[in-house]
Amino acid sequence: MDSSGHGVGASLRRLEDDRYLEGRGRFVGDIRMPGMLEVAFLRSPVAHAEIRGIAKPGGLEHQVFAAADLTGVAGIRADSGLPGFRSSVQPVLAHDRIRHVNEPIAACVAETRARAEDLADATVLDFDTLPAVHDMLKARDPGAPLLHPGWEENVFLESGFEAGFEAATEGAPVKIRRQYRTARQCMSPMEGRGVVAYMDEQADQLVVITSTQMPHIVRNGLAECLGLDQGRIRVIAPDVGGGFGYKGILLAEEVVLGWLAMHLRRPVRWIEDRREQLAGNANCREHWYDITGYATPDGRLLAVDCEAVVDSGAYSAYPFSACLEAAQVASILPGPYKMDGFRCRTWSVATNKPAILPYRGVARTGVCFAMELVMDDLAREIGMEPAEFRRRNLVTGPEMPFVNITNKIFDSGDYVEALDRTVAALDLPALRARQAAGEPDGRLMGVGLSIFCEQGAHGTSVYSGWGIPMVPGFEQATARMTPDGGLELRVGVQSHGQSLETTLAQIANEVLGVEPRKVKLVHGDTALTPYSTGTWGSRCIVMAGGAVATACEELAGRVRKIAGTLLQADPSEILLGGGEARGPSGSVPLSEIGKVWYHRPQDLPEGVDPAGLEATKGYKTVRDTGTFSYACHAAVVLVDPGTGAVEIEQYRITEDGGVLVNPMVVDGQVRGGAAQGIGTALYEEMPYDGEGQPLATTLAEYLLPGADEVPAIPIDHMETPSPISRFGQKGIGESGAIGPPAAIGNAVNDALRPFGAAIAQVPITPERVLAALAMGEPA
Amino acid sequence: MKPAPFDLVPAMTAAEALPHLAGPREAKPVAGSQSLGPMLNLRVARPELLVDLSACADLRAVTEEDDAILYGAAITHAEFEDGAVPDATPGWLAPIARRIAYRAVRNRGTIGGSIAHADPAADWVVTMTGLGASVRILGPRGARDLPMAEFVTGALSTALEPGEIIAAIRLPRRSARARWSYWKFCRKTGEFAKASACVLADPDRGEHRVLAAAIERAPVALPDPQALIEGRADPRAAVEAALPFLTPERRALQVTATIRALDALDALDALRTGASA
Repeated sequence: MDSSGHGVGASLRRLEDDRYLEGRGRFVGDIRMPGMLEVAFLRSPVAHAEIRGIAKPGGLEHQVFAAADLTGVAGIRADSGLPGFRSSVQPVLAHDRIRHVNEPIAACVAETRARAEDLADATVLDFDTLPAVHDMLKARDPGAPLLHPGWEENVFLESGFEAGFEAATEGAPVKIRRQYRTARQCMSPMEGRGVVAYMDEQADQLVVITSTQMPHIVRNGLAECLGLDQGRIRVIAPDVGGGFGYKGILLAEEVVLGWLAMHLRRPVRWIEDRREQLAGNANCREHWYDITGYATPDGRLLAVDCEAVVDSGAYSAYPFSACLEAAQVASILPGPYKMDGFRCRTWSVATNKPAILPYRGVARTGVCFAMELVMDDLAREIGMEPAEFRRRNLVTGPEMPFVNITNKIFDSGDYVEALDRTVAALDLPALRARQAAGEPDGRLMGVGLSIFCEQGAHGTSVYSGWGIPMVPGFEQATARMTPDGGLELRVGVQSHGQSLETTLAQIANEVLGVEPRKVKLVHGDTALTPYSTGTWGSRCIVMAGGAVATACEELAGRVRKIAGTLLQADPSEILLGGGEARGPSGSVPLSEIGKVWYHRPQDLPEGVDPAGLEATKGYKTVRDTGTFSYACHAAVVLVDPGTGAVEIEQYRITEDGGVLVNPMVVDGQVRGGAAQGIGTALYEEMPYDGEGQPLATTLAEYLLPGADEVPAIPIDHMETPSPISRFGQKGIGESGAIGPPAAIGNAVNDALRPFGAAIAQVPITPERVLAALAMGEPA
Repeated sequence: MKPAPFDLVPAMTAAEALPHLAGPREAKPVAGSQSLGPMLNLRVARPELLVDLSACADLRAVTEEDDAILYGAAITHAEFEDGAVPDATPGWLAPIARRIAYRAVRNRGTIGGSIAHADPAADWVVTMTGLGASVRILGPRGARDLPMAEFVTGALSTALEPGEIIAAIRLPRRSARARWSYWKFCRKTGEFAKASACVLADPDRGEHRVLAAAIERAPVALPDPQALIEGRADPRAAVEAALPFLTPERRALQVTATIRALDALDALDALRTGASA
């Protein structure tokens, strides 16, 4: 519609870049308020214990707050409605039982953080240590210490799915069984968490400024825990330096800071440090799979059988609960493949570790690793190139839309083409020839693929069954034209790196013709925006984008009517674009329309729509089962048998995100995700010892990939429109982080195969490669 | 900043610093603060007093002797990297410095601080031992010199007595005929090595050394280095005999490091032979 090239599909430079690149962003850590006090938490030194007492430092008792001081505060409860879910409560400060290392026990308040830390140092905790549950595979053992009162075993939820399994596997000629494990990881956004809380006495509101992805959900949780009316709480997300799921949660610290602000009537601030993040807060990803694949000798996948365990940690995190990952495993394990039979049982196991949180890709990263490694091994077993084996079992373009074995409705696309494009770009025959010849430096070259689809923007019908304290419904947006013809957009989702200030402005431009630079996105504030479940599940560009388009369409109708009056034309003849309304015999700039409505109402026609130039509209996709973006990842690696080091020589991605609102932004999202996926594949691991102590509590031990470790990643875009979203766009925010462990894992195993060696665990560390080589049996 | 409370004394000379370090308060010297800083913030280190040596003119001096160069302990890694100080070797120091951590660390971190901290994987700990350097120590009872091999007594452990500081590193000059290689394995750029090895062959001084390092204790000199360098001994067997305490994976890494350091020396030889031919 708009000829200026700033609408849907334009690689517009980001409107938020100037602020970030020039260091003018305003993050929680930038906020200082008069009289503000700093908070440090006394945290548990042990994983499992009964608290006998807390001795506050003499004379300074009034600056230290333990659970008993927090009158009227309830613990955090995130129950799932799934049958058999075991309920638990996460105390905001531990009072009788400690359930993981670094669990907050007392809040210490002082003029500076260092002084607050002194108070924490001087507070003496008396406790009886209990044996800790440190290994999810032993958590269900009879006699394992139980974490929560009234539980018969350390399991939040056992869930499963079965369809056609017995019939499909009867007499199956090829069968491969494997066990895989993914490490516990710590999400590591550039900015950690942080909270400022204060009382706005005029508004009679508790204001909580927090580095969150979901301000409205945080307000729900704060109201529940603090026993306040929602109207007496305002939650603000300022600039947020990355989230990835780490900030899609109600924090115990948010509740405590809220109570402190009300109790002390002074602003209080807590800024998470890297050690708190690593040792106690950012846990994710730890899965174990026992998976069996069934196939025919001519390359047809028959069935998959799997038992999966997810280490959910000690508590059920609000709002997603302790069972999101494991229950998702059962529904998404079949990936993009057709099969006749499927059986999966999962356990969300409770251990003495921090609660597991959904990290970019959620269960998909582990699921893709398990499924795609089995696919490679099945292919090898029947003597077929793994790409060809995949090709024969992927859902094809003509089969779309496709209902898969777990009743997922794949909306559109051509998975086979994504595979074919990737393999063609690799020049697989040349790589195989090179592999046969060997590398001049003695390293081992391997090629690996992974292919997966990513459900995004799924809504009510998917989440209502989960019974969690957050089910998305209609997504709303407000569009308000300003008197100078600019536009304010208000959305309840939160942009913390997704570039929504740019992409939603492009959508407004597409509908209204307003220049993106004249669009102001208002977000991250419960007082200023419509309710939303927030930013998660790759939903924003579909849901908030759809809502913005719908609100702008409503506004467009009203603008056309006013323009029709001014241009003496029928509203249906008015076109909006390039910042103006054009009729058959002339045009008028949007600024003139704003001016007439607000400043010269005497020029408006009789019977004008009194709703004016502001509209709030709700939006759902045509079907709320989600868009399915998909991607094929390919890795070429060089494994050094002398060191076990893995170098990624080449990494490429073919991706289909439907219609791309801003291809440059999508590229950034995909590459950033892939960098995190490389971290999962090769570097990131939080080991725990037998006492439940985390062993990688600084960035010297917890390795993140840096610029040197992430190669240039070419991305080939397919753009198959989704039939269910407003512009055909699909959610793609998590995609990049899903494929790398599987592609790199398959590539490493391809390299190790001549030595009869294989890895079955990420991260693929030098030690694991050397151990695999030592155990291998060369052919 | 959230360390436990401490006082800070900036010293302008070593003589000015020493009395502060002599007690009775628990004092620690600090220069670039690249190891001590994080330990303070984590409250792993809780000195009552920090004595800042980074501006001591005498600790930043370079003293050229006929046979050696003395590098002041407060000279930064970046100054070695940038060639801002003379090199006692035929150009070996800058490449070592260039691969220490990241530039931001190199801008502030010092050679003396690194050696006093004695992380077994630290580049100066390994290479200064390999190059036969000695440490000039200043303390309440005056100055003393110790060879690196005696100075580093274990992981994060040195022969420094209470109240003593490193004043300088004395590095013997090496002729153009001397050969050197240093190979280390890091999981990612800038990380501490998981295995390293260095080789020195100096026929003029009759010194030969093959070190296995980054092994969670002081570097270990492999026996009969000349045989290893001349290819008359099996480096795998030498490493396995010398480092029985390592896990099999770490030992395999160490074998690789040693072989590659020796190979790099051979490659250097081949290059020279080719150049002179």
